[in-house]
Amino acid sequence: MKHERTIPTPAKYLINTVLTVILLAGGTMLMNAGAFNRATTAIIQQIGIYIILAVSLNMVVGYLGQLPLGHSGFMAVGAYAGALFWKATQGVMPSFLTILLGLIVAGLAAALFGVIIGIPALRLKGDYLAIITLGFSEIIRICIINLPNITGGTPGLLNIPKYSGFFVVFASVAVTCYVIHTIMHSRHGRAILSIRDNEIAADACGINLTYYKVFTFAVSAFFAGVAGALYAGYQGSLFPKSFDFMASINILVMVVLGGMGSMLGSAVAATVLTALPLVMQSLSEYRMVIYSLLLIIVMIFKPSGLMGQYDFSFTGIIENIMNGRLFRRKKKAGGTKNE
Amino acid sequence: MNSMKKIMALLLVFVFMVGVFAGCSSSSDSSSDTTSETETETEETEEAAEAEETADGGEIVIGWLGPQTGNVAQYGLAVMNGVDLYVEQLNAAGGINGKTVRVVYYDEEGDTTKAITGYNYLLDQGAVAIIGDVTTAPCTAVVVESQADNTPMITASATATSITYDEESDTVYSNMFRSCFIDPFQGTTMADFAAEELGATTAAVLYDNGDTYSTGVYEYFVAECEALGIEIVADESYASGSVDFSSQLANIAAADPDVIFLPVYYNDVALIVTQAASAGITATYLGVDGWSSTVDTIDDSTLLNGAYYCSGYSAEDTSELVQQFLADYEAEYGEIPGMFAAQGYDAAWILCDAIAVAEADGVEYGTAEYSQAIIDAMAATDSDYVTGHVTYDEYNNPQKTAAIITFTDGAESFWGSYGG
Amino acid sequence: MIIFQHLLNGLRLGSIYALIALGYSMVYGIIKLLNFAHGDIIMVGGYIALLLIGAQVSPVIAILLSILGCMILACVIEKVAYKPLRSAPRLSLLITAIGVSYLLENLAQLIWGADPRSFPSSKIIANVNFSLGGVTISLTTIVTIVVAVISMIILNLLVQKTKMGKAMRAVSEDTGAAQLMGINVNRTINYTFAIGAALAGIGAILYCCSVPQVKPTTGYLLGIKAFVAAVLGGIGSIPGAMLGGFAIGMAEVIVNAVGLSSWTDAVVYLVLIVVLLVKPTGFMGRSMNEKV
Repeated sequence: MKHERTIPTPAKYLINTVLTVILLAGGTMLMNAGAFNRATTAIIQQIGIYIILAVSLNMVVGYLGQLPLGHSGFMAVGAYAGALFWKATQGVMPSFLTILLGLIVAGLAAALFGVIIGIPALRLKGDYLAIITLGFSEIIRICIINLPNITGGTPGLLNIPKYSGFFVVFASVAVTCYVIHTIMHSRHGRAILSIRDNEIAADACGINLTYYKVFTFAVSAFFAGVAGALYAGYQGSLFPKSFDFMASINILVMVVLGGMGSMLGSAVAATVLTALPLVMQSLSEYRMVIYSLLLIIVMIFKPSGLMGQYDFSFTGIIENIMNGRLFRRKKKAGGTKNE
Repeated sequence: MNSMKKIMALLLVFVFMVGVFAGCSSSSDSSSDTTSETETETEETEEAAEAEETADGGEIVIGWLGPQTGNVAQYGLAVMNGVDLYVEQLNAAGGINGKTVRVVYYDEEGDTTKAITGYNYLLDQGAVAIIGDVTTAPCTAVVVESQADNTPMITASATATSITYDEESDTVYSNMFRSCFIDPFQGTTMADFAAEELGATTAAVLYDNGDTYSTGVYEYFVAECEALGIEIVADESYASGSVDFSSQLANIAAADPDVIFLPVYYNDVALIVTQAASAGITATYLGVDGWSSTVDTIDDSTLLNGAYYCSGYSAEDTSELVQQFLADYEAEYGEIPGMFAAQGYDAAWILCDAIAVAEADGVEYGTAEYSQAIIDAMAATDSDYVTGHVTYDEYNNPQKTAAIITFTDGAESFWGSYGG
Repeated sequence: MIIFQHLLNGLRLGSIYALIALGYSMVYGIIKLLNFAHGDIIMVGGYIALLLIGAQVSPVIAILLSILGCMILACVIEKVAYKPLRSAPRLSLLITAIGVSYLLENLAQLIWGADPRSFPSSKIIANVNFSLGGVTISLTTIVTIVVAVISMIILNLLVQKTKMGKAMRAVSEDTGAAQLMGINVNRTINYTFAIGAALAGIGAILYCCSVPQVKPTTGYLLGIKAFVAAVLGGIGSIPGAMLGGFAIGMAEVIVNAVGLSSWTDAVVYLVLIVVLLVKPTGFMGRSMNEKV
């Protein structure tokens, strides 16, 4: 067995941090310099928000192996919590503190709902879980409609300070991906994966099923709430209509299309699906037909999603290059196909 | 077989990604093209202004924002038909100041975020003014977004007061106009009508509690009824998208009111009136401008006999303007235009009139002054349109008279003008 | 008296939900798929009937053809979109079903336009009202309830007494074992889809008679309601679906009647949640013991 050359872990963190900072700084500079046209600028920020939503839902769908249909409910809780917090504290603190606290408040509010909903809901399995989460998210939406004194009701919540610039959104994306990645590579993450792969075996090994399920649910809800607050700060206004059943389905489509259990897949699918309406605008009324056909065709020919379970790791690629494996591996894959 | 699938899948992914990137680059390309075009245009027009006005003075780009697909597509498409018809006629008649008017479209599917993308897309495409949005929520989101740009905008169908005026911060969105009634006007007018013309003493209301238009009109109707001494004997509502109204109608039937006020859109009216017949209700219906097209949407239109609704325009109106519009619309699309189409037509008309004023004043195309000139001209609108004579108040809401439409033998007939 | 009126309305609405929920539940029982396209099949059925009656075809033939159309459509969808995914992860199948639902909605909008079309309900069931001690009963209500009950009885006979019914029950119990016993699984699944779609077709006609309007998004809300009804009754169970349908219909009508219409859906979901928490498999669902 040939000795594998690896990068030490602290160096890995350093490489990734530097890379993230460079990307964030570069992106911010590009955006500030007006390198993109207005629609692209708008879409890029929406993509960031949807990446957080898809990656957080992926935690429950892809890693925990459950099917919730109510992600937009958590997003709604976060959106309204964040928006109300920002409206109340506007100008009280330095703006970066207000933004940060608002995001945390939004995330915690959504996580609280995640726990409240998760404890009873996670007793159920499969499609029963799906419908009960759908029910909860619809109840949340109806409550928002029927509490106009707090939420603005159907006419909407307006005058929300527009805090979600490029940097805020993509810094949140980076933090989300980092936290979820770290959780999934810890003891907790392995416990979560074991529940997905075989619940009974996991139980027999002494893993506390309820604890880990609710934990995953809460973390997922937390980031959905953060994404909701970013959405509020991006749009400047909130309407209950934006958080209906179809919104949940759209996020679920991103996760499954990208490949369940692949963070990269979720991000890619979120990017593609968010940009698609703008890109395919010239097709006008044929656009939705083509979109649905693409969805069906991708699922038929690649049921595991665009990326399968593959996850991108920059340091992993460097390691492969260090071991001179980048090309050899491809060759090997081709070789097995011919055999 | 398996490898076949894999290859196909990879190919698909590839096509997908290429499509996205090609689309991105092409859209940015085209937009940069248009900006460079407009730049050269403005240069040209500058030169032309110094020398002589050329016959072909280039083009004026306006944007259209609304739903072409999704749950509210029917409203968006009707507005779009009206806009298209007007622009086509305008160009056939020589355009504005020798320039052709070109409309660029963005389908926002009724979604607020997509509407914001669309708004930015339209500006990228060089639009100097925007007709839209069609429904209230996306329209509100876009108005907020448009404040920094001061883009001239006119909506054909968003009736909520919050679209041009924000109560919370007491600001008027000065760049936003509309060609439709606002909610308070219709509610008040119909309550007055019920009391004065029909002598009603009891009324029932059935409205859509998830719709700003419906709840808005409802509130003002009830308030006016209280002021006039009409008793509300049944106050019923339903959630947006409901199709079964039997329990609400049973309650209304039991209360036996003189009139039933239905501040809802035509597709719901058709369902409610048909189901009300099954519930044995015989009271007089009162409606709002969302009712136009009901005759085409209901199976048995004689059920509407004796009902009244207020509208910006009547297909039975004998004025030349309306008859001309009707004839042109039918020739173009083969159907009778509803309220949305008429208001779309008027929105395009009011906007183009304002652009013509800005052009006539010789303001440089595409500049901030040009936007302001259009906005000022729109605020000063004082002229006859298909849906009536339009002037704007300090909240940018049109001051129009209402046409009361009634139904006889299952067809609409013009009762007369009322209020205003 | 008005209580009886409301109960009657609930019964009518419930029987339509029940018919649609049955199709949902049967398909789920056999391939464990939440068939989101089921509601849209109803929409297509409505359009077919509408167009045929508009073309002066006699109503009886129009109804039969539209039911047939629904059955063919469901079988084609099953063959083209669902069959290739039978061994794929269940979520992929779900997304495909959502894709099919989008496709049908948007194709319908392309072909027939986004505006709702009025359905000539009076040509199928006359607008006649009966009065019985203060309660107004329309002919539509009577026909709806009677047709729905008869359809359910026939379905029960079909599933319990015929050979194909036996095969269906066997396949939903254990696909692999059924195949080993010589049951043609593919044909059985096809058959299930066809029966589910036939019920949807009948549901479509009844639905369009009480809600005389068809639009491309007709199926969207109906699909969700039927889904809720099927789960409430215990998904996969036929009597459960009927019970669930009636329960949802009743709940809706009662909440509307007491003037809480803005909370209707919330109450429906709340009922569902409470039922599922007390009895995690719905009214009639069997609890599945997991094997190691």
